Amino acid sequence: MPSRNSTLLDARAVERTLKRMADEILELTGGTDDLVLVGIQRRGVQLADRLIEVIAASETVRVPRGALDITLYRDDLQTVGPRPVVGRTDLPWELDGRKVVIVDDVLYTGRTVRAALDELADFGRPSRIALAVLIDRGGRELPIRADIVGKTVQIAAGDRVDVLLEEVDGKTSVMVTEAGSA
Amino acid sequence: MTSALGKDLLGLEALSSEQINLILDTAEPFKEISERAIKKVPTLRGSTIVNLFFENSTRTRISFEFAEKRLSADPVNVSSAGSSVSKGETLVDTARNLEAMRIDMVVIRHGSSGAAQFLAERIESNVINAGDGMHEHPTQGLLDMLTLRDHFGDLQGKRVCICGDVLHSRVARSNIWGLRKVGAEVAVCGPRSLLPNAIDEFGVTVFDRIEDAIEWADALNILRLQIERMTGGYIPSLREYNRVFGVTRERLSRAPRDVLILHPGPMNRGVEIDSDVADGEHSVILDQVTNGIAIRMAVLYLLAGRNPELAESAKAAAR
Repeated sequence: MPSRNSTLLDARAVERTLKRMADEILELTGGTDDLVLVGIQRRGVQLADRLIEVIAASETVRVPRGALDITLYRDDLQTVGPRPVVGRTDLPWELDGRKVVIVDDVLYTGRTVRAALDELADFGRPSRIALAVLIDRGGRELPIRADIVGKTVQIAAGDRVDVLLEEVDGKTSVMVTEAGSA
Repeated sequence: MTSALGKDLLGLEALSSEQINLILDTAEPFKEISERAIKKVPTLRGSTIVNLFFENSTRTRISFEFAEKRLSADPVNVSSAGSSVSKGETLVDTARNLEAMRIDMVVIRHGSSGAAQFLAERIESNVINAGDGMHEHPTQGLLDMLTLRDHFGDLQGKRVCICGDVLHSRVARSNIWGLRKVGAEVAVCGPRSLLPNAIDEFGVTVFDRIEDAIEWADALNILRLQIERMTGGYIPSLREYNRVFGVTRERLSRAPRDVLILHPGPMNRGVEIDSDVADGEHSVILDQVTNGIAIRMAVLYLLAGRNPELAESAKAAAR
């Protein structure tokens, strides 16, 4: 069967989108004071790094970047079984009173974000937690929404959205693969 | 597959190098949880785990209990003294009764070799061997390997000598099997009376002199001399043992390289290991204790969750 891939964003579009998202983050949090970006493993971490680069270019401040692996906070261990590879959680600072922006690549059911909120709560009590995602593909199963969205698009259940990043995948783009295709 | 490990962890002899590396890799992120202010993740919430200890072992039981609690499981400790075990109930009856109370896992320590496997074949729950007789103590072997890996990066070609009472030691067996699978070179050193007759079949080098072992090794794993078992005339005296086989600073000072010092505990200071070695700069004995919790969390995590068909279909549907 021929695969039906389409490109949602190319590398330059991703870059432009991240620039706008960085501006929106600063608007939302009123600057870089007490700001922490926390990427969700894996690609949310690279996206957070990129956002930090963009912010550093305009604000000359390097915002700290944390990483969250939510594997151990999933609600489907008993049904899906253990994920073989658990990534690293890295939040070496006091989070109390800080502004935390969670960064992820794709927002879908909302379950990952639910898990991330639970995990963050075990590290402290930020004054504000916001959510920034590159792609909101719809299909929520929980009452969760993003504060900052790169691109909103309705993708049918079963179809896949893949965010590819240079650092991990060798090239940057956002691809949609329709169900039934290889 | 139920999980990459299957239902139980009974020993390292039966595992592949991939499975051993999976456990070691999985343990890495679990280290961080014990460094948090709130040392707990909700992963095994609602799982009931019985720690069934037919032999005393404060250290191993506490380590398992910490691992279970930090994964939000509910542990129940059963020891032979004071339970119906002392009234003559069989192992299987004890376990079946516990299972009737709807438990998920059993961690068993037993004086008889093969007890963990015997149990695993007869109950539905996951079984983790926490030491069976003179057979295996897989989580100890794994935490030793994790500690070595922390230090050396890769265990391929690294030389580890297991010193002392290999004959009675399940720790020695788990170490030998585990280390050889991941490509380390393994030796043993001790009085011949404390080495198994069939030591040649383990594929290890044998040193009769501790000085030769120290010259050869990158790391020494110094076993506890099981003094309670030394009534059988295995060694002339503890003092004599220390004089011939004790790991001392003086002996280590003649080594051609720094030798990493491991000991599974509890130590007999001044017998198999001198205090200034145990507390010395190359000792990682307390790192072993810390790593023990991460290894046990990893094993609990990898054995949990058990609906294979659902797992496959869910994985396919995800994303």
